[in-house]
Amino acid sequence: MELFLARLFDAISNGSTYALIALALVIIYKATTLINFAQGEMAMFGSFIVLVLATEQGLPIWIAVILGMLLSAVAAAGIERVLIRPFDPYDHLPLVIVTLGLFLSLTALAGIIWRFDPRAFPRMYPAGTAVTIGGVNLSWYTVGVLATVLIVAGLVTVLLNTTKVGLAFRAVSSNLESSELAGIRVGPTLQFGWALAAAVGTLGACVFVADPIRQLEPTVMVRVLIFAASAAAIGGLDSLWGAVVGGLIIGGVQSLLVPYTFIPNEMSLAAAVVVLMLVLLFRPSGLFGTARVERV
Amino acid sequence: MTDATNEPAPAAEVGTATKTIGDTLLDVKGLQGGYGQIQVLHGFDFTVAEGEVVVILGANGAGKTTTLRALSGMIDASGSVTLEGEELIGKNAADIVRMGVAHVPQGRGTLPELSVEDYLLVGAYVRKDKEVAADMERWFEVYPVLHERRNQRAGSLSGGEQQMLAVARALMSRPRLLLLDEPSLGLAPLIVQDLFERFHHINEETGTTMLVVEQNAQLALSIADRGYVLESGTISIEGPADQLMHDDAIRKAYLGV
Repeated sequence: MELFLARLFDAISNGSTYALIALALVIIYKATTLINFAQGEMAMFGSFIVLVLATEQGLPIWIAVILGMLLSAVAAAGIERVLIRPFDPYDHLPLVIVTLGLFLSLTALAGIIWRFDPRAFPRMYPAGTAVTIGGVNLSWYTVGVLATVLIVAGLVTVLLNTTKVGLAFRAVSSNLESSELAGIRVGPTLQFGWALAAAVGTLGACVFVADPIRQLEPTVMVRVLIFAASAAAIGGLDSLWGAVVGGLIIGGVQSLLVPYTFIPNEMSLAAAVVVLMLVLLFRPSGLFGTARVERV
Repeated sequence: MTDATNEPAPAAEVGTATKTIGDTLLDVKGLQGGYGQIQVLHGFDFTVAEGEVVVILGANGAGKTTTLRALSGMIDASGSVTLEGEELIGKNAADIVRMGVAHVPQGRGTLPELSVEDYLLVGAYVRKDKEVAADMERWFEVYPVLHERRNQRAGSLSGGEQQMLAVARALMSRPRLLLLDEPSLGLAPLIVQDLFERFHHINEETGTTMLVVEQNAQLALSIADRGYVLESGTISIEGPADQLMHDDAIRKAYLGV
Protein backbone atom coordinates (compact mmCIF):
# COMPACT_ATOMS: atom_id res chain seq x y z
CA MET A 1 0.00 0.00 0.00
CA GLU A 2 2.76 2.41 0.94
CA LEU A 3 4.64 1.62 -2.22
CA PHE A 4 1.48 2.09 -4.23
CA LEU A 5 0.83 5.53 -2.71
CA ALA A 6 4.41 6.60 -3.28
CA ARG A 7 4.14 5.54 -6.91
CA LEU A 8 0.76 7.26 -7.25
CA PHE A 9 2.27 10.54 -5.99
CA ASP A 10 5.10 10.11 -8.49
CA ALA A 11 2.53 9.55 -11.21
CA ILE A 12 0.80 12.80 -10.28
CA SER A 13 3.93 14.93 -10.22
CA ASN A 14 5.37 13.47 -13.45
CA GLY A 15 1.99 13.48 -15.12
CA SER A 16 1.37 17.12 -14.26
CA THR A 17 4.60 18.26 -15.87
CA TYR A 18 3.80 16.24 -19.00
CA ALA A 19 0.38 17.85 -18.94
CA LEU A 20 1.89 21.36 -18.96
CA ILE A 21 4.02 20.63 -22.03
CA ALA A 22 1.05 18.79 -23.58
CA LEU A 23 -1.04 21.95 -23.05
CA ALA A 24 1.52 23.93 -25.01
CA LEU A 25 1.44 21.34 -27.81
CA VAL A 26 -2.36 21.40 -27.86
CA ILE A 27 -2.50 25.20 -28.11
CA ILE A 28 -0.35 25.15 -31.24
CA TYR A 29 -2.13 22.09 -32.60
CA LYS A 30 -5.50 23.80 -32.21
CA ALA A 31 -4.29 26.77 -34.21
CA THR A 32 -2.32 25.01 -36.92
CA THR A 33 -3.11 21.25 -36.71
CA LEU A 34 0.64 20.90 -36.37
CA ILE A 35 2.76 19.27 -33.65
CA ASN A 36 5.51 21.69 -32.74
CA PHE A 37 8.50 19.37 -32.33
CA ALA A 38 10.53 22.27 -30.98
CA GLN A 39 8.09 22.88 -28.11
CA GLY A 40 10.26 21.05 -25.57
CA GLU A 41 13.44 22.83 -26.64
CA MET A 42 11.72 26.22 -26.67
CA ALA A 43 10.63 25.43 -23.11
CA MET A 44 14.15 24.28 -22.15
CA PHE A 45 15.58 27.53 -23.54
CA GLY A 46 12.99 29.52 -21.61
CA SER A 47 13.85 27.76 -18.38
CA PHE A 48 17.56 28.54 -18.88
CA ILE A 49 16.55 32.20 -19.12
CA VAL A 50 14.55 31.81 -15.91
CA LEU A 51 17.62 30.21 -14.29
CA VAL A 52 19.79 33.15 -15.35
CA LEU A 53 17.23 35.67 -14.09
CA ALA A 54 16.91 33.86 -10.76
CA THR A 55 20.54 32.99 -10.04
CA GLU A 56 22.61 35.62 -11.84
CA GLN A 57 20.15 38.52 -11.56
CA GLY A 58 18.94 37.41 -8.15
CA LEU A 59 15.21 37.75 -8.87
CA PRO A 60 12.72 35.80 -6.72
CA ILE A 61 12.01 32.54 -8.53
CA TRP A 62 8.37 33.18 -9.37
CA ILE A 63 9.14 36.69 -10.69
CA ALA A 64 11.88 35.10 -12.80
CA VAL A 65 9.43 32.45 -14.04
CA ILE A 66 6.82 35.00 -15.07
CA LEU A 67 9.44 37.21 -16.77
CA GLY A 68 10.83 34.13 -18.51
CA MET A 69 7.35 33.19 -19.71
CA LEU A 70 6.85 36.69 -21.13
CA LEU A 71 10.25 36.64 -22.85
CA SER A 72 9.47 33.18 -24.28
CA ALA A 73 6.16 34.50 -25.60
CA VAL A 74 7.87 37.42 -27.33
CA ALA A 75 10.55 35.15 -28.79
CA ALA A 76 7.94 32.65 -30.02
CA ALA A 77 5.97 35.48 -31.64
CA GLY A 78 9.18 36.40 -33.46
CA ILE A 79 9.80 32.78 -34.48
CA GLU A 80 6.25 32.53 -35.83
CA ARG A 81 6.65 35.73 -37.84
CA VAL A 82 10.04 34.88 -39.33
CA LEU A 83 10.09 31.08 -39.65
CA ILE A 84 6.46 29.93 -39.77
CA ARG A 85 4.32 32.58 -41.45
CA PRO A 86 6.17 32.64 -44.79
CA PHE A 87 5.01 29.06 -45.39
CA ASP A 88 1.60 27.93 -46.62
CA PRO A 89 -0.34 26.95 -43.49
CA TYR A 90 -2.09 24.12 -45.37
CA ASP A 91 1.20 22.46 -46.38
CA HIS A 92 2.45 20.72 -43.24
CA LEU A 93 5.69 19.07 -44.35
CA PRO A 94 7.79 22.27 -44.67
CA LEU A 95 6.45 23.44 -41.31
CA VAL A 96 7.32 20.14 -39.62
CA ILE A 97 10.83 20.45 -41.02
CA VAL A 98 11.07 24.00 -39.70
CA THR A 99 10.09 22.85 -36.20
CA LEU A 100 12.62 19.98 -36.38
CA GLY A 101 15.30 22.46 -37.42
CA LEU A 102 14.31 24.70 -34.56
CA PHE A 103 14.53 21.71 -32.20
CA LEU A 104 18.13 20.98 -33.24
CA SER A 105 19.30 24.60 -33.32
CA LEU A 106 17.86 25.48 -29.93
CA THR A 107 19.56 22.48 -28.28
CA ALA A 108 22.86 23.45 -29.92
CA LEU A 109 22.45 27.13 -29.06
CA ALA A 110 21.70 26.33 -25.41
CA GLY A 111 24.75 24.05 -25.35
CA ILE A 112 26.94 26.83 -26.73
CA ILE A 113 25.64 29.43 -24.28
CA TRP A 114 25.20 27.35 -21.11
CA ARG A 115 27.19 24.19 -21.95
CA PHE A 116 25.89 20.68 -21.49
CA ASP A 117 26.66 20.32 -17.76
CA PRO A 118 23.55 19.79 -15.65
CA ARG A 119 22.68 22.69 -13.38
CA ALA A 120 20.58 22.81 -10.27
CA PHE A 121 17.35 24.77 -10.68
CA PRO A 122 15.93 26.89 -7.80
CA ARG A 123 13.01 25.48 -5.83
CA MET A 124 9.62 26.76 -6.96
CA TYR A 125 7.60 25.14 -4.19
CA PRO A 126 8.28 24.83 -0.46
CA ALA A 127 10.56 21.95 0.49
CA GLY A 128 9.30 19.03 2.51
CA THR A 129 6.04 17.28 3.11
CA ALA A 130 2.60 18.78 2.75
CA VAL A 131 0.77 15.88 4.32
CA THR A 132 1.44 12.27 5.23
CA ILE A 133 -1.13 9.80 3.92
CA GLY A 134 -0.96 6.16 4.93
CA GLY A 135 2.62 6.62 6.05
CA VAL A 136 3.66 8.10 2.72
CA ASN A 137 4.82 11.69 2.40
CA LEU A 138 3.04 13.82 -0.16
CA SER A 139 5.52 16.56 -0.97
CA TRP A 140 4.73 20.22 -1.52
CA TYR A 141 6.31 19.77 -4.92
CA THR A 142 3.68 17.23 -6.00
CA VAL A 143 0.82 19.34 -4.64
CA GLY A 144 2.30 22.47 -6.22
CA VAL A 145 2.79 20.92 -9.66
CA LEU A 146 -0.74 19.55 -9.77
CA ALA A 147 -2.15 22.92 -8.64
CA THR A 148 -0.04 24.70 -11.26
CA VAL A 149 -1.32 22.59 -14.14
CA LEU A 150 -4.94 22.94 -13.04
CA ILE A 151 -4.62 26.72 -12.67
CA VAL A 152 -2.88 27.09 -16.04
CA ALA A 153 -5.44 24.92 -17.85
CA GLY A 154 -8.21 26.94 -16.18
CA LEU A 155 -6.68 30.31 -17.12
CA VAL A 156 -6.08 29.27 -20.72
CA THR A 157 -9.66 28.02 -20.96
CA VAL A 158 -10.99 31.34 -19.66
CA LEU A 159 -8.68 33.29 -21.98
CA LEU A 160 -9.85 31.38 -25.05
CA ASN A 161 -13.54 31.39 -24.13
CA THR A 162 -14.13 34.92 -22.88
CA THR A 163 -11.82 37.28 -24.77
CA LYS A 164 -11.97 38.63 -28.30
CA VAL A 165 -8.53 37.28 -29.18
CA GLY A 166 -9.68 33.94 -27.76
CA LEU A 167 -12.72 34.01 -30.04
CA ALA A 168 -10.47 34.76 -33.01
CA PHE A 169 -8.17 31.93 -31.96
CA ARG A 170 -11.05 29.45 -31.75
CA ALA A 171 -12.39 30.61 -35.12
CA VAL A 172 -8.99 30.25 -36.78
CA SER A 173 -8.53 26.82 -35.24
CA SER A 174 -11.89 25.78 -36.70
CA ASN A 175 -11.39 27.11 -40.25
CA LEU A 176 -8.71 29.48 -41.57
CA GLU A 177 -10.57 30.65 -44.66
CA SER A 178 -13.91 31.29 -42.98
CA SER A 179 -12.14 33.27 -40.27
CA GLU A 180 -10.42 35.39 -42.88
CA LEU A 181 -13.78 36.05 -44.54
CA ALA A 182 -15.08 37.28 -41.19
CA GLY A 183 -12.25 39.82 -41.07
CA ILE A 184 -10.00 37.99 -38.61
CA ARG A 185 -6.29 38.55 -39.29
CA VAL A 186 -5.09 34.97 -39.36
CA GLY A 187 -1.33 35.62 -39.06
CA PRO A 188 -1.41 37.63 -35.82
CA THR A 189 -3.95 35.20 -34.36
CA LEU A 190 -1.64 32.23 -34.97
CA GLN A 191 1.20 34.31 -33.56
CA PHE A 192 -0.83 34.75 -30.39
CA GLY A 193 -1.15 30.94 -30.23
CA TRP A 194 2.62 30.48 -30.55
CA ALA A 195 3.27 33.07 -27.86
CA LEU A 196 0.75 31.54 -25.46
CA ALA A 197 2.10 28.02 -26.06
CA ALA A 198 5.69 29.15 -25.46
CA ALA A 199 4.76 30.79 -22.16
CA VAL A 200 2.96 27.67 -20.96
CA GLY A 201 5.82 25.47 -22.21
CA THR A 202 8.46 27.49 -20.35
CA LEU A 203 6.45 27.16 -17.15
CA GLY A 204 6.24 23.40 -17.78
CA ALA A 205 9.99 23.04 -18.21
CA CYS A 206 10.69 25.11 -15.08
CA VAL A 207 8.29 23.00 -13.05
CA PHE A 208 9.89 19.83 -14.39
CA VAL A 209 13.46 20.78 -13.47
CA ALA A 210 12.39 22.37 -10.19
CA ASP A 211 11.94 18.83 -8.86
CA PRO A 212 14.89 18.42 -6.45
CA ILE A 213 15.79 15.08 -8.11
CA ARG A 214 16.28 16.72 -11.52
CA GLN A 215 18.66 19.22 -13.07
CA LEU A 216 18.52 21.55 -16.04
CA GLU A 217 20.55 20.67 -19.14
CA PRO A 218 20.00 21.35 -22.85
CA THR A 219 18.68 17.83 -23.59
CA VAL A 220 16.41 17.59 -20.58
CA MET A 221 13.17 18.01 -22.51
CA VAL A 222 13.71 15.44 -25.27
CA ARG A 223 12.14 12.54 -23.36
CA VAL A 224 9.55 14.84 -21.82
CA LEU A 225 8.38 15.94 -25.27
CA ILE A 226 7.67 12.34 -26.28
CA PHE A 227 5.69 11.73 -23.09
CA ALA A 228 3.90 15.05 -23.54
CA ALA A 229 3.08 14.39 -27.20
CA SER A 230 1.62 11.01 -26.21
CA ALA A 231 -0.36 12.76 -23.47
CA ALA A 232 -1.69 15.35 -25.91
CA ALA A 233 -2.66 12.64 -28.40
CA ILE A 234 -4.44 10.56 -25.75
CA GLY A 235 -6.41 13.65 -24.78
CA GLY A 236 -7.34 14.31 -28.39
CA LEU A 237 -4.69 16.85 -29.50
CA ASP A 238 -7.19 19.70 -29.61
CA SER A 239 -8.57 19.48 -26.08
CA LEU A 240 -6.96 21.48 -23.27
CA TRP A 241 -8.42 19.37 -20.48
CA GLY A 242 -7.75 16.28 -22.56
CA ALA A 243 -4.06 17.22 -22.35
CA VAL A 244 -4.29 17.39 -18.56
CA VAL A 245 -6.00 14.00 -18.32
CA GLY A 246 -3.61 12.56 -20.92
CA GLY A 247 -0.62 13.86 -18.95
CA LEU A 248 -1.86 12.19 -15.78
CA ILE A 249 -2.53 8.93 -17.66
CA ILE A 250 1.01 8.95 -19.05
CA GLY A 251 2.33 9.72 -15.58
CA GLY A 252 0.35 6.70 -14.37
CA VAL A 253 1.77 4.48 -17.10
CA GLN A 254 5.30 5.51 -16.21
CA SER A 255 5.04 5.35 -12.41
CA LEU A 256 2.34 2.71 -11.81
CA LEU A 257 1.88 0.46 -14.83
CA VAL A 258 5.55 -0.02 -15.65
CA PRO A 259 6.71 -1.04 -12.13
CA TYR A 260 3.68 -3.26 -11.45
CA THR A 261 3.88 -5.13 -14.74
CA PHE A 262 7.62 -5.75 -14.55
CA ILE A 263 8.19 -3.85 -17.77
CA PRO A 264 11.84 -2.77 -17.61
CA ASN A 265 12.09 0.88 -16.65
CA GLU A 266 14.04 1.54 -19.85
CA MET A 267 10.86 0.61 -21.72
CA SER A 268 8.66 3.24 -20.09
CA LEU A 269 8.79 5.50 -23.18
CA ALA A 270 7.70 2.57 -25.32
CA ALA A 271 4.96 1.68 -22.84
CA ALA A 272 3.61 5.21 -23.09
CA VAL A 273 3.46 4.93 -26.86
CA VAL A 274 1.74 1.52 -26.66
CA VAL A 275 -0.94 3.00 -24.39
CA LEU A 276 -1.32 5.82 -26.90
CA MET A 277 -1.79 3.31 -29.72
CA LEU A 278 -4.41 1.41 -27.74
CA VAL A 279 -6.35 4.61 -27.03
CA LEU A 280 -6.23 5.71 -30.67
CA LEU A 281 -7.25 2.24 -31.83
CA PHE A 282 -10.54 2.50 -29.96
CA ARG A 283 -10.98 6.29 -30.05
CA PRO A 284 -9.25 7.70 -33.13
CA SER A 285 -9.76 11.32 -32.02
CA GLY A 286 -8.45 10.65 -28.53
CA LEU A 287 -10.45 10.75 -25.30
CA PHE A 288 -11.70 14.32 -25.59
CA GLY A 289 -10.77 15.32 -29.14
CA THR A 290 -13.19 16.72 -31.69
CA ALA A 291 -14.28 14.02 -34.07
CA ARG A 292 -14.17 15.38 -37.59
CA VAL A 293 -17.77 14.86 -38.61
CA GLU A 294 -19.15 17.11 -41.28
CA ARG A 295 -22.64 17.42 -42.55
CA VAL A 296 -22.96 18.41 -46.14
CA MET B 1 -20.57 53.96 -42.15
CA THR B 2 -24.33 54.40 -42.28
CA ASP B 3 -26.86 51.77 -43.05
CA ALA B 4 -29.20 52.62 -45.87
CA THR B 5 -32.43 53.41 -44.06
CA ASN B 6 -35.15 52.57 -46.49
CA GLU B 7 -38.71 53.04 -45.36
CA PRO B 8 -40.00 49.66 -44.22
CA ALA B 9 -41.63 48.54 -47.41
CA PRO B 10 -44.99 46.80 -47.26
CA ALA B 11 -44.48 43.06 -47.57
CA ALA B 12 -44.10 43.00 -51.31
CA GLU B 13 -44.72 40.06 -53.55
CA VAL B 14 -41.49 38.26 -54.35
CA GLY B 15 -40.09 39.76 -57.52
CA THR B 16 -42.02 43.03 -57.53
CA ALA B 17 -39.51 45.24 -55.77
CA THR B 18 -40.85 48.65 -54.77
CA LYS B 19 -37.69 49.91 -53.07
CA THR B 20 -35.42 52.69 -54.21
CA ILE B 21 -32.20 51.86 -55.98
CA GLY B 22 -29.31 54.21 -55.28
CA ASP B 23 -26.04 55.08 -56.97
CA THR B 24 -23.48 52.53 -58.07
CA LEU B 25 -21.97 50.80 -55.04
CA LEU B 26 -19.77 48.20 -56.68
CA ASP B 27 -18.11 48.93 -60.00
CA VAL B 28 -16.17 46.10 -61.63
CA LYS B 29 -14.08 46.76 -64.74
CA GLY B 30 -11.95 44.30 -66.69
CA LEU B 31 -11.90 41.74 -63.90
CA GLN B 32 -9.28 39.05 -64.48
CA GLY B 33 -8.16 36.35 -62.12
CA GLY B 34 -7.66 32.66 -61.56
CA TYR B 35 -5.64 30.08 -59.72
CA GLY B 36 -1.90 29.95 -60.37
CA GLN B 37 -1.31 29.60 -64.09
CA ILE B 38 -4.97 29.00 -64.88
CA GLN B 39 -6.91 32.10 -65.78
CA VAL B 40 -10.61 31.75 -65.03
CA LEU B 41 -11.92 35.30 -65.40
CA HIS B 42 -11.15 36.84 -68.77
CA GLY B 43 -11.88 40.49 -68.12
CA PHE B 44 -15.48 41.61 -67.80
CA ASP B 45 -17.45 44.49 -66.34
CA PHE B 46 -20.51 44.69 -64.13
CA THR B 47 -22.02 47.00 -61.55
CA VAL B 48 -24.19 46.70 -58.47
CA ALA B 49 -26.13 49.72 -57.25
CA GLU B 50 -26.88 50.59 -53.64
CA GLY B 51 -29.87 48.56 -52.43
CA GLU B 52 -29.94 46.28 -55.45
CA VAL B 53 -30.06 42.50 -55.62
CA VAL B 54 -27.96 41.38 -58.58
CA VAL B 55 -27.62 37.78 -59.65
CA ILE B 56 -24.82 36.23 -61.68
CA LEU B 57 -26.01 33.08 -63.42
CA GLY B 58 -23.75 30.52 -64.96
CA ALA B 59 -23.05 26.84 -65.34
CA ASN B 60 -20.45 24.90 -63.39
CA GLY B 61 -16.99 26.19 -64.16
CA ALA B 62 -18.15 29.49 -65.63
CA GLY B 63 -16.24 31.42 -62.98
CA LYS B 64 -19.02 32.44 -60.59
CA THR B 65 -17.25 31.43 -57.40
CA THR B 66 -13.95 32.78 -58.68
CA THR B 67 -15.62 36.14 -59.31
CA LEU B 68 -16.76 36.39 -55.69
CA ARG B 69 -13.38 35.23 -54.42
CA ALA B 70 -11.71 37.94 -56.48
CA LEU B 71 -14.04 40.56 -55.01
CA SER B 72 -13.39 39.52 -51.41
CA GLY B 73 -9.63 39.30 -51.79
CA MET B 74 -9.31 35.53 -51.50
CA ILE B 75 -7.44 35.19 -54.83
CA ASP B 76 -5.12 37.42 -56.78
CA ALA B 77 -7.05 39.42 -59.35
CA SER B 78 -6.42 42.30 -61.71
CA GLY B 79 -8.60 44.93 -63.26
CA SER B 80 -10.55 47.37 -61.17
CA VAL B 81 -13.10 46.72 -58.43
CA THR B 82 -14.29 49.80 -56.58
CA LEU B 83 -16.69 50.01 -53.67
CA GLU B 84 -18.05 53.58 -53.64
CA GLY B 85 -14.92 54.66 -55.44
CA GLU B 86 -12.49 52.82 -53.16
CA GLU B 87 -10.31 50.23 -54.90
CA LEU B 88 -10.52 46.66 -53.54
CA ILE B 89 -7.99 44.95 -55.81
CA GLY B 90 -4.73 44.47 -53.93
CA LYS B 91 -6.31 44.64 -50.49
CA ASN B 92 -6.34 41.56 -48.28
CA ALA B 93 -9.50 39.74 -47.28
CA ALA B 94 -9.54 41.00 -43.69
CA ASP B 95 -9.38 44.64 -44.88
CA ILE B 96 -12.09 44.14 -47.48
CA VAL B 97 -14.42 42.86 -44.74
CA ARG B 98 -13.68 46.05 -42.81
CA MET B 99 -14.67 48.10 -45.87
CA GLY B 100 -18.12 46.51 -45.71
CA VAL B 101 -18.05 43.47 -47.98
CA ALA B 102 -19.30 40.22 -46.41
CA HIS B 103 -18.83 36.99 -48.32
CA VAL B 104 -20.85 33.84 -47.60
CA PRO B 105 -18.72 31.19 -49.28
CA GLN B 106 -19.98 28.14 -51.10
CA GLY B 107 -20.45 25.20 -48.79
CA ARG B 108 -21.45 27.75 -46.15
CA GLY B 109 -17.98 28.04 -44.62
CA THR B 110 -19.13 27.47 -41.09
CA LEU B 111 -16.81 27.05 -38.15
CA PRO B 112 -18.11 23.65 -37.04
CA GLU B 113 -16.53 23.64 -33.57
CA LEU B 114 -18.00 26.99 -32.53
CA SER B 115 -21.41 27.43 -30.94
CA VAL B 116 -24.05 29.26 -33.00
CA GLU B 117 -23.73 32.29 -30.74
CA ASP B 118 -19.93 32.39 -30.93
CA TYR B 119 -20.12 32.04 -34.69
CA LEU B 120 -22.36 35.10 -34.88
CA LEU B 121 -19.90 36.97 -32.63
CA VAL B 122 -17.14 36.06 -35.10
CA GLY B 123 -19.30 37.77 -37.73
CA ALA B 124 -19.26 40.93 -35.62
CA TYR B 125 -15.50 40.63 -35.04
CA VAL B 126 -14.70 43.73 -37.12
CA ARG B 127 -17.22 45.92 -35.30
CA LYS B 128 -16.41 48.15 -32.36
CA ASP B 129 -19.88 49.50 -31.54
CA LYS B 130 -22.08 48.41 -28.65
CA GLU B 131 -25.03 47.13 -30.68
CA VAL B 132 -23.69 43.66 -31.39
CA ALA B 133 -26.03 41.97 -28.89
CA ALA B 134 -29.03 43.86 -30.28
CA ASP B 135 -28.12 42.81 -33.82
CA MET B 136 -27.82 39.22 -32.71
CA GLU B 137 -31.33 39.34 -31.25
CA ARG B 138 -32.55 40.81 -34.48
CA TRP B 139 -31.19 37.97 -36.63
CA PHE B 140 -32.47 35.49 -34.07
CA GLU B 141 -35.92 36.97 -34.79
CA VAL B 142 -35.43 36.54 -38.52
CA TYR B 143 -34.06 33.02 -38.04
CA PRO B 144 -35.77 31.67 -34.90
CA VAL B 145 -34.25 28.22 -35.37
CA LEU B 146 -30.82 29.73 -34.75
CA HIS B 147 -32.10 31.10 -31.46
CA GLU B 148 -33.27 27.62 -30.45
CA ARG B 149 -29.86 26.24 -31.27
CA ARG B 150 -27.78 29.14 -29.96
CA ASN B 151 -25.65 26.92 -27.72
CA GLN B 152 -25.27 24.04 -30.16
CA ARG B 153 -22.16 23.46 -32.22
CA ALA B 154 -22.50 25.02 -35.68
CA GLY B 155 -21.37 21.75 -37.25
CA SER B 156 -24.34 19.89 -35.77
CA LEU B 157 -26.90 22.02 -37.64
CA SER B 158 -28.69 20.82 -40.77
CA GLY B 159 -27.59 22.11 -44.16
CA GLY B 160 -30.39 24.67 -44.34
CA GLU B 161 -29.73 25.89 -40.81
CA GLN B 162 -26.00 26.19 -41.53
CA GLN B 163 -26.81 28.32 -44.56
CA MET B 164 -29.01 30.59 -42.43
CA LEU B 165 -26.21 30.77 -39.87
CA ALA B 166 -23.66 31.66 -42.54
CA VAL B 167 -25.90 34.46 -43.83
CA ALA B 168 -26.62 35.73 -40.32
CA ARG B 169 -22.86 35.66 -39.59
CA ALA B 170 -22.22 37.82 -42.64
CA LEU B 171 -25.05 40.22 -41.72
CA MET B 172 -23.58 40.59 -38.21
CA SER B 173 -20.74 42.59 -39.78
CA ARG B 174 -23.35 45.12 -41.03
CA PRO B 175 -22.11 44.85 -44.59
CA ARG B 176 -22.75 47.36 -47.34
CA LEU B 177 -22.47 44.52 -49.84
CA LEU B 178 -23.38 40.90 -49.19
CA LEU B 179 -21.84 38.30 -51.50
CA LEU B 180 -23.73 35.00 -51.60
CA ASP B 181 -22.10 32.04 -53.31
CA GLU B 182 -24.69 29.49 -54.45
CA PRO B 183 -26.80 29.54 -51.32
CA SER B 184 -29.08 26.85 -52.81
CA LEU B 185 -26.30 24.29 -53.17
CA GLY B 186 -27.22 20.91 -51.76
CA LEU B 187 -30.45 22.06 -50.11
CA ALA B 188 -33.99 20.75 -50.56
CA PRO B 189 -36.24 22.88 -52.83
CA LEU B 190 -38.61 23.98 -50.05
CA ILE B 191 -35.70 25.10 -47.88
CA VAL B 192 -34.18 26.98 -50.80
CA GLN B 193 -37.50 28.71 -51.47
CA ASP B 194 -37.71 29.83 -47.84
CA LEU B 195 -34.07 30.97 -47.86
CA PHE B 196 -34.57 33.18 -50.91
CA GLU B 197 -37.79 34.68 -49.57
CA ARG B 198 -35.87 35.73 -46.49
CA PHE B 199 -33.07 37.24 -48.62
CA HIS B 200 -35.76 39.26 -50.36
CA HIS B 201 -37.22 40.50 -47.08
CA ILE B 202 -33.80 41.31 -45.63
CA ASN B 203 -33.00 43.34 -48.73
CA GLU B 204 -36.34 45.17 -48.55
CA GLU B 205 -36.12 45.88 -44.84
CA THR B 206 -32.45 46.73 -44.38
CA GLY B 207 -31.57 47.86 -47.89
CA THR B 208 -28.54 45.55 -47.80
CA THR B 209 -27.10 45.29 -51.30
CA MET B 210 -26.70 41.69 -52.46
CA LEU B 211 -24.69 40.01 -55.19
CA VAL B 212 -25.81 36.40 -55.59
CA VAL B 213 -24.21 33.80 -57.82
CA GLU B 214 -26.51 30.89 -58.56
CA GLN B 215 -27.28 27.99 -60.79
CA ASN B 216 -30.90 28.00 -59.68
CA ALA B 217 -31.81 30.72 -62.18
CA GLN B 218 -35.55 30.84 -61.65
CA LEU B 219 -35.40 31.41 -57.92
CA ALA B 220 -32.46 33.79 -58.06
CA LEU B 221 -34.08 35.92 -60.76
CA SER B 222 -37.33 36.02 -58.79
CA ILE B 223 -35.68 38.06 -56.01
CA ALA B 224 -33.18 39.94 -58.20
CA ASP B 225 -33.42 43.38 -59.77
CA ARG B 226 -30.89 42.66 -62.47
CA GLY B 227 -28.88 39.72 -63.69
CA TYR B 228 -25.78 38.78 -65.64
CA VAL B 229 -24.96 35.50 -67.34
CA LEU B 230 -21.36 34.38 -67.01
CA GLU B 231 -20.01 31.95 -69.60
CA SER B 232 -16.40 30.76 -69.67
CA GLY B 233 -15.16 33.72 -67.69
CA THR B 234 -16.94 36.51 -69.55
CA ILE B 235 -20.38 38.04 -69.36
CA SER B 236 -22.57 37.06 -72.30
CA ILE B 237 -25.99 38.45 -71.40
CA GLU B 238 -27.17 41.10 -68.99
CA GLY B 239 -30.44 42.80 -68.21
CA PRO B 240 -33.27 43.39 -65.75
CA ALA B 241 -34.32 40.22 -63.93
CA ASP B 242 -37.81 39.99 -65.41
CA GLN B 243 -36.40 40.42 -68.90
CA LEU B 244 -33.85 37.62 -68.33
CA MET B 245 -36.61 35.44 -66.94
CA HIS B 246 -38.35 35.66 -70.32
CA ASP B 247 -35.22 35.51 -72.47
CA ASP B 248 -35.43 32.45 -74.70
CA ALA B 249 -31.72 31.60 -74.54
CA ILE B 250 -31.73 31.71 -70.75
CA ARG B 251 -34.96 29.79 -70.49
CA LYS B 252 -33.40 27.04 -72.58
CA ALA B 253 -30.03 27.01 -70.84
CA TYR B 254 -30.91 27.58 -67.20
CA LEU B 255 -34.60 27.23 -66.59
CA GLY B 256 -35.07 23.90 -68.32
CA VAL B 257 -38.14 24.98 -70.29
